[in-house]
Amino acid sequence: MLHEFQVDPRLQEAPLKILIKGGRLIDPANGVDGPHDLLVDKGKIKQVSRPGQIAEPQLEGAKIIDATGLIVSPGFLDMHVHFREPGHEYKETIATGCLSAVAGGFTGVAVMPNTNPVNDNRSVTELILAQSKANGGTHVYPIPAISRGLKGEQLTDMAELAEAGAIGFSDDGRPVTSNELMRRALEYSRMFDLPVIQHSEVLDLTAGGCMNEGPISTELGLKGMPTEAEDIMVYRDIALLPKTGGRLHVAHISSAGAVDLVRQAKAKGLSVTCEVAPHHFILTDESVRGFDTNTKMSPPLRANRDVEAVKEGMKDGTIDIIATDHAPHAELDKQVEYSCAAFGIVGLETALPLSMEMVAEKIITLPSMIDMLTARPAKLFKLDKGNLAEGKDADITIFDPSAEYKIDITRFKSKSKNSPFDGRQVKGKIRYTIVKGKILFSEN
Amino acid sequence: MPFPHKDLLGIGQLSKDDILTILDATESFKEISTRPIKKVPTLRGRTIVNLFFEPSTRTRTSFEIAGKRLSADVINVTGSTSSVTKGESLLDTAYNLEAMNPDILVVRHSASGVPHMLAQKINCSVINAGDGAHEHPTQALLDLATIREHKENFDGLKVAIVGDITHSRVARSNILAMKTLGMTVTVVGPPTLIPVGMESLGVRVSHNLEEAIADADVIMMLRIQEERHNQTSFPSLREYSILFGLTAEKLKKAKEDVIILHPGPVNRGVEISPDVIESGHCLILNQVNNGVAVRMTLMYLLLGGADENPN
Repeated sequence: MLHEFQVDPRLQEAPLKILIKGGRLIDPANGVDGPHDLLVDKGKIKQVSRPGQIAEPQLEGAKIIDATGLIVSPGFLDMHVHFREPGHEYKETIATGCLSAVAGGFTGVAVMPNTNPVNDNRSVTELILAQSKANGGTHVYPIPAISRGLKGEQLTDMAELAEAGAIGFSDDGRPVTSNELMRRALEYSRMFDLPVIQHSEVLDLTAGGCMNEGPISTELGLKGMPTEAEDIMVYRDIALLPKTGGRLHVAHISSAGAVDLVRQAKAKGLSVTCEVAPHHFILTDESVRGFDTNTKMSPPLRANRDVEAVKEGMKDGTIDIIATDHAPHAELDKQVEYSCAAFGIVGLETALPLSMEMVAEKIITLPSMIDMLTARPAKLFKLDKGNLAEGKDADITIFDPSAEYKIDITRFKSKSKNSPFDGRQVKGKIRYTIVKGKILFSEN
Repeated sequence: MPFPHKDLLGIGQLSKDDILTILDATESFKEISTRPIKKVPTLRGRTIVNLFFEPSTRTRTSFEIAGKRLSADVINVTGSTSSVTKGESLLDTAYNLEAMNPDILVVRHSASGVPHMLAQKINCSVINAGDGAHEHPTQALLDLATIREHKENFDGLKVAIVGDITHSRVARSNILAMKTLGMTVTVVGPPTLIPVGMESLGVRVSHNLEEAIADADVIMMLRIQEERHNQTSFPSLREYSILFGLTAEKLKKAKEDVIILHPGPVNRGVEISPDVIESGHCLILNQVNNGVAVRMTLMYLLLGGADENPN
């Protein structure tokens, strides 16, 4: 069977009653940061209290998680992943993608439409949702295409897709090149108040390119992708906002110019938001030396000045959220000539420790890092998630902020291992990932 | 002096001493090709595979002759880059060749970094015979060998490299080698053919040929590829030739003892005029001649023969 609806047995079990005690609860949506116990029952947050304050009878039959020394956070949300199903199941399936997600602390992910067939119609959206329900565990939110077949010519049936469960629209992997179509997408999507997510790249400036254009591409003799290709499209999209009144979300922002443009647009009160992928605040194009194809992504790893600008954008709030652009590729897509290799890296299972590096560098605080992974994406995409108030779904991530280890790609749950971070010494480890009261990942 | 490298992937990996070791040894290997019997038994029983994914006559022949003059068995394999799964077939081809136990794999490929990838995956020595727009180390070494025959010291020499710098692996390898040896390099061409950040490689950039060659000791003309002229890089071959073609007239501005190199093949009348080619300044055939000796040297050094007398 091509589509095996194997059902993860854990998903069939009733949600547990769980007491998470002794941890530091950080719940930015509710302005909470401090020692709290948390009781989960029937898949919901039942009670949040000062340590030791939850009444004894309430705890009857509860599994106890001792979170001493750990951070208790709303489940992380990654609004930019590629799960390759349908069409490229050899790279990743929804099932393996969800395993990777919970291993990385993510209880919700938004999947991009560049599958085969493209998610540009209701039936593919429904297939994704059905497959997720059967064996996902993690909440999977479809982001269908802006244009039919990602061709950039004609809008998808956005109303129908919104009704089927779309949380935004994107031609990700490709930009919407046509000015006219982008204008119409921003206008039409207003009816559903859903964001239009742009992969900002002017293609005729990047044709044949495989890394950032600059001294390193010159040295390596690889065709460069200039930052202007990103800047120009971000500029154009922002220029379309005042009259269209649409909501623009800039995917994986990477250039200093683009960060600046978003900052200016926000100052003018325009409806623009953006995300950053961890590799764009951790690595520079220096990493391409040696021709490791796991350093090839789009947008490419940029120069140091861009990385510094991205960090500044995280610091001052220009950059709203962290999203991984999880892009699994098999060896046969990556063990090739650098110029022929597929773009992208897996990201779900390294997002926490890499983001923690920004905390260690004092670019962001731990609560703001959690905000960028929980409450803010929930708000941007209008999800009733990223919130540990009583009565909310019990989507919870518990991590050890001080556990040190080396990233080991062979331990990834993702079907693909394409990461440039193998062997990197990091800090910050997921201990439990709980989705609707079910412990879908634990490691001690 | 032992040669501390398994592979020759680029000039970037070589120290000044490494380069001088190669050039010193090249002088003795060059003598072999002047003998009536142009063969020594040095690499008898060794196997060298020329794996060329890009068309090449000069370089492939040069490697083949070099290997044969050292008594190695030399096999030419033409790789195809046309299949859809080119990467997979590239590694597969390399694994298959390696299973036949060659001692040296000589690789040319249109994609930058391919020799580096292969060197990580296979055990035999790899010589980069040109990868994309990245490096062409044996070309740079044969250029240096040619310069050395005509100039007393490398240190302080002024070089002008003229043409399509963006797409030139010859330029990159030469810049690395020349900087290592203390030479001053100016790259010359229209801004559209000089990649961004060129100055970070330690070179000067000029867009005026006559100005750049005025004090040059060495002028290196690069081939201008006709297929590029349909792209946006420059308006026409005619205009390119007017601005950057080296003619006898422009050469009058240069030093009397200037030498002119060209990695070939030459577009006569485009980047260099026939009268310049025929002039005594132009050393194109000396370069080709030195190419065999340089490649013999590298095969010898990579296979660890440094302690023996090559002859």
